[in-house]
Amino acid sequence: MLKKRWNHKKIFEWGIEGLIKLSGIVSIILVGLIFIFLLKEGISVFKIVNPINFILGKEWHPVSKPPDFGILSLILGSFAVTLGAAIIALPLGVTSAIFIAEVTTGKTKEMLKIGIEFLAAIPSVVIGFVGIVVLAPVIQKVFDLPTGLTVLTGSIMLSIMAMPTIVSISEDAITAVPKRYREAALALGATRWQTIWRVVLPSASGGIVAACMLGIGRVIGETMAVMMVTGNAPRIPHSLLEPARTLTSTIAAEMGETVQGSEHYFALFAIGIVLFIITFVINFTADLFLHKEKV
Amino acid sequence: MKKLSPKITQKIVFSLLSLATLLAMVPVVLIVLIIIKNGLGAINWEFLTTAPRNGMREGGILPAIVGTFCLVTGAVVFAVPVGVFAAIYLNEYAKKNWLTRLIRLAIINLAGVSSVVYGLFGLGLFVIFLKFGASILAGAMTLAIMNLPVIITATREALANVPQSFREVSLSLGASKWQTIWHVVLPNAIPGILTGIILEISRAAGETAPILFTVAAFYLPGFPTSVFDQVMALPMHLYAISTQIPNIGLDVRYGTALVLLGVVLGVNSVVIIIRARLRRRQKW
Repeated sequence: MLKKRWNHKKIFEWGIEGLIKLSGIVSIILVGLIFIFLLKEGISVFKIVNPINFILGKEWHPVSKPPDFGILSLILGSFAVTLGAAIIALPLGVTSAIFIAEVTTGKTKEMLKIGIEFLAAIPSVVIGFVGIVVLAPVIQKVFDLPTGLTVLTGSIMLSIMAMPTIVSISEDAITAVPKRYREAALALGATRWQTIWRVVLPSASGGIVAACMLGIGRVIGETMAVMMVTGNAPRIPHSLLEPARTLTSTIAAEMGETVQGSEHYFALFAIGIVLFIITFVINFTADLFLHKEKV
Repeated sequence: MKKLSPKITQKIVFSLLSLATLLAMVPVVLIVLIIIKNGLGAINWEFLTTAPRNGMREGGILPAIVGTFCLVTGAVVFAVPVGVFAAIYLNEYAKKNWLTRLIRLAIINLAGVSSVVYGLFGLGLFVIFLKFGASILAGAMTLAIMNLPVIITATREALANVPQSFREVSLSLGASKWQTIWHVVLPNAIPGILTGIILEISRAAGETAPILFTVAAFYLPGFPTSVFDQVMALPMHLYAISTQIPNIGLDVRYGTALVLLGVVLGVNSVVIIIRARLRRRQKW
């Protein structure tokens, strides 16, 4: 009896379900693999420089003798560009999301959503290209600078890239607020804006915070556009109108020139570890905010 | 000062909101228009069908188009089966437990990892550890992993939209779980899955950082003959001619940007059309 049940079909089904379960955990395996490979290639740099000097060292001269592997200027470069982009993108993104979710309807709403989707689809290298040929000359002229490739240029272009993430996730969070909340407020005589401000936004706040964090995460991790438009000078920027260099663009710009297995090569992977940890923490926290809302 | 009446406050706030939205929309319109306006002049038959000449200052971009096509195809081939199966697991098999939560967290993280970190990972795992070298295979697999979350999310949404009653009917007729998924659930979820695949195509075509160290060649006028060859790619080409080569004509750069943007936005338009049709057709 038992033997008969194990026919081809059963075996096939058992195999398929095994495959499905394996695919289910592939994402976990991949995240683990990414971390392991970054660690495997990057950890060797800490034989030359201790982690604290690596993070807090001001000098990045990877090919001089002896080399300096301090990434503080790169961290501050990333920080400056991200801060600038956040100042532009967060208010604009959240207000746009409120407008799209609560104020507009019908065709306008559809068009705006398609616009956001298109914006999300534009490759970062195209954004970088437009930054070089259109925005940088304007910045250079307006502020009378030796170069238009500055932190400000990077911040503006990156704010454009962060916008879709902020808008679409905030909009989802706002739309997810149950309709009866709004109806109750409106029935009590509140105006639409009062309803949005006092009722809808407070209940969507977790999702909106998550959206802002994910937008910032996107800016920190962004590579091509930022490498093309921020001027790539590896020193601590003192104003928005100076060139700077970020963690991501350092890896992208220098990996091509390094010898595999050299100290420089290890150091670039170590920067990768730092980036991975930063984005991991941001995504993890954002997920907590999103999750909290559902409960 | 007298407080404004709620009606007037609302008017002011709504106009401010619409102004902000307008401001947020300006860049996308501007970018597309500027590139179309300046790029259209550079595009002709020769530009699309010949290799670059004279240090990439003249000629066309065919090798980059072919390279991008190879990479995108490879990325889809690797990512779609795994992504669809993973979505099936999450939607049809997974229980509400710590493992499912962990998978969800992993997917969110895969979606959030910096593109250049994917480049490092691809270099470490595929190019060096598995000894693929800088090749189409290494680049396509890196792009596939990077875009896995797109496929999983889209497919999962499509599966979740198939009504539970469809499954119950199939199961009550004696079909097994897999038969139900294969014959009932998946066919009804195909348009949604397609949307995910097309979105992946658009992403994979536009990414630069992940292919920087895993596949892309600066200048390689020929065509690939095996998956272990290097290729040029459209986004890499645009990066190279925008930053690495002095005295290059602006029209060549705009032309390349337009082709890349055209591919990506064209593919995205297909998604939008499919979705609009789907919404009209769905009866349940």
